Amino acid sequence: MRRVAEIAATFALAFLVYLLLTLPSGTFGLWSAEELLAGAVIALLAALASHRLLWEQGGWRLLNPWRWVVFLVYLVGPFFLAMAKANLDVAYRVITGRINPGIVRFNPGLKTDAGRTLLANSITLTPGTLTLEVDEETGDFYVHWINVRNVDPAPEEVCGPFPRWAKVVAE
Amino acid sequence: MNVLIYVFLGIGAIFNGLGAVALLRFPDVYTRIHGATKCTTFGSIFSILAVAVYGAARGGGDGVGMVIRALLALVFLLLTNPTGSHALARAAHRAGIKPFRAVVDRLEEHR
Repeated sequence: MRRVAEIAATFALAFLVYLLLTLPSGTFGLWSAEELLAGAVIALLAALASHRLLWEQGGWRLLNPWRWVVFLVYLVGPFFLAMAKANLDVAYRVITGRINPGIVRFNPGLKTDAGRTLLANSITLTPGTLTLEVDEETGDFYVHWINVRNVDPAPEEVCGPFPRWAKVVAE
Repeated sequence: MNVLIYVFLGIGAIFNGLGAVALLRFPDVYTRIHGATKCTTFGSIFSILAVAVYGAARGGGDGVGMVIRALLALVFLLLTNPTGSHALARAAHRAGIKPFRAVVDRLEEHR
């Protein structure tokens, strides 16, 4: 029963993405019949292949719409701001060649796969920091930092407010 | 609207160009990943936003479709780019490539 629900949820998500991608394609409602059929088949294959990975470790939490709202706020607010600042900083380093690289370790205290993935991706997308490894047992992050200011930094020094947001969005 | 599109395209082009310069200037694989994938990401985000603004300005069914597809492309870019960068960097470190002039390497100590 649980498995059927997992497959159904994955199918619904994949089908939704396919529908959005092919939005104004035809006469059958907003979509053409061919697109609907192809989308259903492809979404079913994707669901059968990936449903086990998606809902492991409490992935159901991520379907909560409130988390999506918080995630969008995070994306256009603090995340975009940090990324813009870091982009200008790295642009400066590209031009002047002033770098002080190193691999630092810190522990943001995130417990779930979803939270760790969100934080690791946020760090990697921000120029100047790059997640190399996450220790799955202790939750330690190993991050390549282009301008090391502190050899044993607190999470906030490397990635600002990201850990707090990751906790709210995904845990 | 046109001005906005040109501004977005301009920012995109500048950061894509800086990404290319970073690829040539930086000394090792990790710093090159910083420069290339990140400037490219920011450049691509603004290029895609320019497409979305163009679609919104055009309006109608085609325009809305363009906006939605551009935003979906943005979502997939934001999901796949860091995953790919991370995989490359992790593989490089596992293969034993030392970070150039690193002041500290906690991952090496950890092994």
